[in-house]
Amino acid sequence: MASEYVLELKEITKIFPGVKALDKVSFQLKAGEIHALMGENGAGKSTFIKVITGVHKADGGEMYLNGEKVDFKGPNDSQAAGIAAIYQHVTAYPHLSVAENIFMGHEKVKHGMIQWKEMYAEADKLLAQLNADFKSTAEMGTLSVAQQQMVEIAKALSSNAKIIIMDEPTASLTKNESENLYRIAEKLRDEGASIIFISHRFEDMYRLATRVTVFRDSKYVGTYDVDKISNADLITAMVGREIKDMFPKPEIQLGEEVLRVENLSREGFFKDVSFSVRKGEILGLTGLVGARRTEVIQTIYGVEKLDSGKIFLDGKEVKIKNPRDAIKNGIGLLTEDRSNLGLILDWGIGRNITLTEIEKYGNKVFTNDKAERAAAKQLAEEVDTKAVSIFDKVSTLSGGNQQKVAVSKILASDLKVLIMDEPTKGIDVGAKAEIYDIMGQLAQRGYAIIMISSEMPEVLNMSDRIIVMCEGKITGELSREEATQEGILKYAMAKSLKNTAEN
Amino acid sequence: MKNMENKSILKKITGSREVILLLIVAVLAIFIEIKSGGVFFQLDNLNGMFKNYAVDFVIAIGMMLVMLTGGIDISVGSTLALSGMCASLIFRDHQGLPIIAVFAIAVAVGLCCGLLIGTVISYGKVPPIIATMGCMNAFRGATYLVAHNEWVAAMDFTESYKNFAQKSYLGFGIVNNLLVIVIILYVIFYCILKWTPAGRKIYAVGSNAEAAAVSGINVRKVKTICYVILGGLTGLAGGMFTSLYASAQGNMGEGLEMDCIAACVVGGVSMTGGKGNIVGVFLGALVIAIIGKGLPLIGVSQFWQKAIKGVIILVFVILNVLVQRSVDKAALKRREI
Repeated sequence: MASEYVLELKEITKIFPGVKALDKVSFQLKAGEIHALMGENGAGKSTFIKVITGVHKADGGEMYLNGEKVDFKGPNDSQAAGIAAIYQHVTAYPHLSVAENIFMGHEKVKHGMIQWKEMYAEADKLLAQLNADFKSTAEMGTLSVAQQQMVEIAKALSSNAKIIIMDEPTASLTKNESENLYRIAEKLRDEGASIIFISHRFEDMYRLATRVTVFRDSKYVGTYDVDKISNADLITAMVGREIKDMFPKPEIQLGEEVLRVENLSREGFFKDVSFSVRKGEILGLTGLVGARRTEVIQTIYGVEKLDSGKIFLDGKEVKIKNPRDAIKNGIGLLTEDRSNLGLILDWGIGRNITLTEIEKYGNKVFTNDKAERAAAKQLAEEVDTKAVSIFDKVSTLSGGNQQKVAVSKILASDLKVLIMDEPTKGIDVGAKAEIYDIMGQLAQRGYAIIMISSEMPEVLNMSDRIIVMCEGKITGELSREEATQEGILKYAMAKSLKNTAEN
Repeated sequence: MKNMENKSILKKITGSREVILLLIVAVLAIFIEIKSGGVFFQLDNLNGMFKNYAVDFVIAIGMMLVMLTGGIDISVGSTLALSGMCASLIFRDHQGLPIIAVFAIAVAVGLCCGLLIGTVISYGKVPPIIATMGCMNAFRGATYLVAHNEWVAAMDFTESYKNFAQKSYLGFGIVNNLLVIVIILYVIFYCILKWTPAGRKIYAVGSNAEAAAVSGINVRKVKTICYVILGGLTGLAGGMFTSLYASAQGNMGEGLEMDCIAACVVGGVSMTGGKGNIVGVFLGALVIAIIGKGLPLIGVSQFWQKAIKGVIILVFVILNVLVQRSVDKAALKRREI
């Protein structure tokens, strides 16, 4: 019996110990369509994909392929049925050639010998279809992420997949690379493949998809035609709340100046950077990629060495040679790279929180587990971390909750200045709102906050004052009232604008 | 955030890793006991076993610290030889020295060796395996040099020094002196790793050195100190070694590093750092000792002993991997998706 849908899932339920990852989720994929799948992190998208590809077995519900009921026992079954998935993180063999990667698992073999010539020729043909600018003999590890993704797509093509699932393929691509990926996706669609496209980015969805399905909290929210739903409605569907509640910035009476830096310079990175931040103030520090914002704050925090310039705390000059000096002087850093620099993922929540200040709990020689745990628990609860216990490994938490642990960790120290480097990077919309709320509360408690951010709405809505950098120099300062997206961009591109004018 | 005080299931499972290891050790010991016709568990035999392997037990502690930071030290055999030789030479020429002074000299030489290695690795940024490979040869050469390629023979030691390793006056006449040292050290380092900020810092550096640095921990210092401690413990072992064998030879302690690393690995210490504990290392060293002492007892030929030892070590490592995998799996099950 033929069906309108190439793939249909009905009331799929998947339960992991303690968590319902999917709760009666339904989904329909038409032949030859690009279907966007959206939802916050943790909404169940990845689990859902893994059910389709047979990696996970559903605990309830039914799946139909071309109208026929199927029951995949493992990934091999789904592959044989013509389903291919391109995962978010490329799962490649970096030391092997592109052709070997493409044909991994289904090599061309004759008389027990691998037919290299044939394989390279076939691989090159596939790559040519995708307008790839590299050869099938290239080593996988030497390619860019975008190129590696093309290899993954070629791999899907080589197995004659009719349904292609792309899990956040544009997450690490530049604009041009994304554009190329869109073209490839459209080409595949025109050749008859059906595509499920998972993405956080609205532009991906508008550019490609005809329909969009939204998941929230492991549940199916709805399927909409892309040209009939507004941006605001879509966000409401994903988050379950209105966007205007996103930035709860409280009105705070600013106190005296806490941190002032004068003429900070580091050879080859930045020059004559001066600014100050007051008690209760959120200072936004923004700029384009290459503006060297992170380098500036890393120098203030003592990770990198300063060539010249002065740092004043409460009016007194301080010397900061390493992160320990910074913490002692009351400066804390929430790093941009949470999982590599901010936290020890293998450790429990509690231990991470108290790591900087282990000596504070207990006497000179021994730690005091009880005091430590109590402090960690209190700090974690202050920022509303969601976990079963403070012994939960940080690696088991969602991005938003990891960030809350990282915030608790810097709060464990006795600080005056909090530097937050891209505080909402890589966390979903709902958790973002919570982080903003926490930032507001911290400012209210009297912390001076320096927020580095590339996200315009965040900078505009959370900052009391905005400093814009461009190629290692401060090019502009804007108050909250006068700041606009255009104003910031003008300063952020000050150098290139000037160059164009001169020419 | 409920049940914050309750220990997680995960913690219980990781706690039981050592229980599993203990059970296997027990089975191994009982097997040897039966095969040897009831000789293995006799007090004399056990004392002899611990006496002969006390050196491995002591060095394994330091090796574990170094491995926790993600490093390794293959020069311990040479460090032991150099420190043991230096102490013995001085003792030969100054027979009036108290035993404790001899040990102090050995420890001091070991500390210096450790400081050199630690500095080269942490501040010179040389990979640990390369740095310690160099030191392994350099220290061995130095041992022959200081001794002018001679032995310090039994007759050059005082009776009291030779007796130290044979008597049990520190252990109330029952437990061998060397074993007493081993027990004291394991208790001390258990406390350090479990209940002091220093211990926590070692684990932090091994788990994620960059995050530790950002958290205000002096990563280089922590690493260097671990090598210094290993050096000191190896120096102490050098003293114990010369007392035990009543002589100091240029080639003593050759191949010792592998036994110590094996003890750590069998005991569940991760080669990549950040994982492992002192109880595991004790059991790991115990496995090495039981194999070494037990196989000859049940009449296994010398050549087979090595092969069997290798197989047993491999089996333990594989078991460790399997246990770790199930622990990781349990952790993943708790992850919210």
